[in-house]
Amino acid sequence: MNKTWVTPGGIHPPENKQQSLTLPIGELPVPEKLVVPLSQHIGVPATPCVAVGEQVLKGQKIAVPSGPLSAAVHAPTSGAVWAIEERPIAHSSGMSAPCIEIVSDGRDQWIDRQGIADFQHTSPTALLDMIAQSGIAGMGGAGFPTAVKLDPGFRRPVDTLIVNATECEPYITADDAIIRERTEEIIQGIHILSHILGNPDNIIIGIEDNKPESIAELEQQTEDTGINLVSFPTKYPSGGEKQLIYILTGKELPSGQIPADIGMVCVNIGTAYAIKRAVIDGEPLISRVTTVTGEACGINRNYQVLIGTPVSHLLQHNQFDQQRSSRVIMGGPMMGFSLTSDQVPIVKTTNCILAPSHSEIPAEQPAQPCIRCGMCAEACPASLLPQQLLWYSQAKDYERLEAHNLFDCIECGACSYVCPSNIPLVQYYRNSKGEITKAKREKVKSDQARERFEFHKQRIELAEQEKEAKRAARRQAAQQAKASSAGSGSAVDIIAAAKARASEKKADPQQQRAKLERSVASAEMRLQVAQEKLDSAVANSESEEKINALKAAVTATQQKFEQAQARLAEQLQ
Amino acid sequence: MLDSLLQQPLLATLIALVSLALLFGALLGFAAEKFRIDGDPVIDQIDELLPQTQCGQCGFPGCRPYAESIAGGDAINKCPPGGQSTINAIASLLDVPAPDLDAEHGEASDIKTVAFIREDECIGCTKCIQACPVDAILGAAKLMHTVIADECTGCDLCVEPCPVDCIDMLPVEEGIDEWRWPAPAIPSGIIATDKTNPATSEDVAA
Repeated sequence: MNKTWVTPGGIHPPENKQQSLTLPIGELPVPEKLVVPLSQHIGVPATPCVAVGEQVLKGQKIAVPSGPLSAAVHAPTSGAVWAIEERPIAHSSGMSAPCIEIVSDGRDQWIDRQGIADFQHTSPTALLDMIAQSGIAGMGGAGFPTAVKLDPGFRRPVDTLIVNATECEPYITADDAIIRERTEEIIQGIHILSHILGNPDNIIIGIEDNKPESIAELEQQTEDTGINLVSFPTKYPSGGEKQLIYILTGKELPSGQIPADIGMVCVNIGTAYAIKRAVIDGEPLISRVTTVTGEACGINRNYQVLIGTPVSHLLQHNQFDQQRSSRVIMGGPMMGFSLTSDQVPIVKTTNCILAPSHSEIPAEQPAQPCIRCGMCAEACPASLLPQQLLWYSQAKDYERLEAHNLFDCIECGACSYVCPSNIPLVQYYRNSKGEITKAKREKVKSDQARERFEFHKQRIELAEQEKEAKRAARRQAAQQAKASSAGSGSAVDIIAAAKARASEKKADPQQQRAKLERSVASAEMRLQVAQEKLDSAVANSESEEKINALKAAVTATQQKFEQAQARLAEQLQ
Repeated sequence: MLDSLLQQPLLATLIALVSLALLFGALLGFAAEKFRIDGDPVIDQIDELLPQTQCGQCGFPGCRPYAESIAGGDAINKCPPGGQSTINAIASLLDVPAPDLDAEHGEASDIKTVAFIREDECIGCTKCIQACPVDAILGAAKLMHTVIADECTGCDLCVEPCPVDCIDMLPVEEGIDEWRWPAPAIPSGIIATDKTNPATSEDVAA
């Protein structure tokens, strides 16, 4: 038995996990339309590589990663690309984001899959590339692109690989279900991870002791494999990355650092499974296990759901009762968010759809004043001071919030859960975090503007100086000219000089002739045009006035033409 | 020498104190020269807090001149783009009371804007390019101009010089990346006993 450490704070909410574990992982019919968001991960949204109307096969790549911090997206079933446009997605704002919509052709035909059975003799770089091409992003909830997390260029040497099988949030059993049914594949996935990371000294699977079946399965499979299975007492939120690292190793992850900074990599067990499917079976990440639960659902169970399946499709197949339902939540009751529409798609990070009844999760009670009981501080797993953070949030004192380490808050909701005054503490913190991030963004922009303004000023000054220099030069030249002319003599000389210049210009008879010839030609042209205009006016029997005006114009042009001819004749003599 | 000094403690003290005073004086003098700060650091600090739109609504040609003027004792409430938050920040920096925004210089608006040139109407006169304080407009004489939206501070200065009125100030749309959780409503001060208890209210009615 490995030693475990105890994190500060934490709570014990009702687990409600049994109801969704009575049935094995189920399959759903393929929905008619699948909406696949381009951004299901942390980082830059993927760039579509298919066109509207194109036929795609199941598992075909439909969007490529844009830059290093991004993840590919694949078609979850075969069919036609119906649209590439903004659709409502699963986001707490209820806003829309670019998605690819695929209409299923009903055949569910796979693309040619090529896996690597012998991963032990494949280079880690090739395996990482395979993981990146399969579009795998952390499946525990945050959705960090896995290939980046494992990339040796990105981290220091790793001595500990932690596989997170905690699943501490109530109701969610997606990880529990795959461990029970697919243990062998998970262990293979962990071996692949270990191979990529250069066989770290410690490989630990961390699991809460409320999953005895999973623990038994894992115990059996990890025997003599060098993988440590560590179970520890159930407490929410043990599954947070920082919390789990402390529980398993006793090391605290410093504020603002990532596990790689202390030589660790923490991967969700669902991600390990997805890696096995990608590497050995050549299957990109196009489906995941999602728990559908809550009293408003007639059936509570886990499903292998295609990414892009609308939530409504899931609910329909689970005898969802609209009357009983208070709301539909994506994620668990602690950290999830209410959906504004049931048309939003399941994404790579969706581990649970919770449809509670009115009595199960009642509507929010009105917030009452803080009575300074201090229960929030006792519950906080990050050892923060939730009360202080509340005051500063209400006062919008962002400087003090940062000084009190607001950004170490993992938004687990333990403080709001224990608050006897029903104060929505986490919502205050989320709002403040957003405001601080916005202010920082604006600061960057304003610094940029200052730089540009200063450059602009410099540029204008420089241009002004140049102009001034030119002006000074001209002034000087004028003065010099004045001085020299004053020396050389009178107005008579100047007139003589000017005359000489004029006669010089006249001197070239060739040029003069060419010029006159041109003027004769153009005058002739004008005369013709004027004559034509007059003729057409007469033919169309237009008004007397207009005809007279045109006649006058013709006469004038005629005169000019004659003059030009006369001048040319003079020149020729 | 030492003996005679020891016998006259008053003189010894005097000499010791004077020499110490000279030593520290020299040290301070040296430090003052060595670590001298050029310019007024408070100007930089104020400039940091101003929004850098360079819009000139305060009556100064840019944010830095206004910062200099504030350091010289000018009112701190002349910056509409910064709004009340900027006034508060400057007030706390200078340790003065924070006044309300001076309406004479314009109204504060929460909506950020960005200039947009209706390109088919642009005649290529370059007047807006000359007006832009951050060189965020691209174009040349008799060629179409356009705004680099990322660099535009939304200062409005290009709108007025345009002879064909083809510049609009559009609100910056907030996408899903800029979305922030809304602040919860500040509690109205309900306490536990305000909760209506059906049993007791029935008792009272009976």
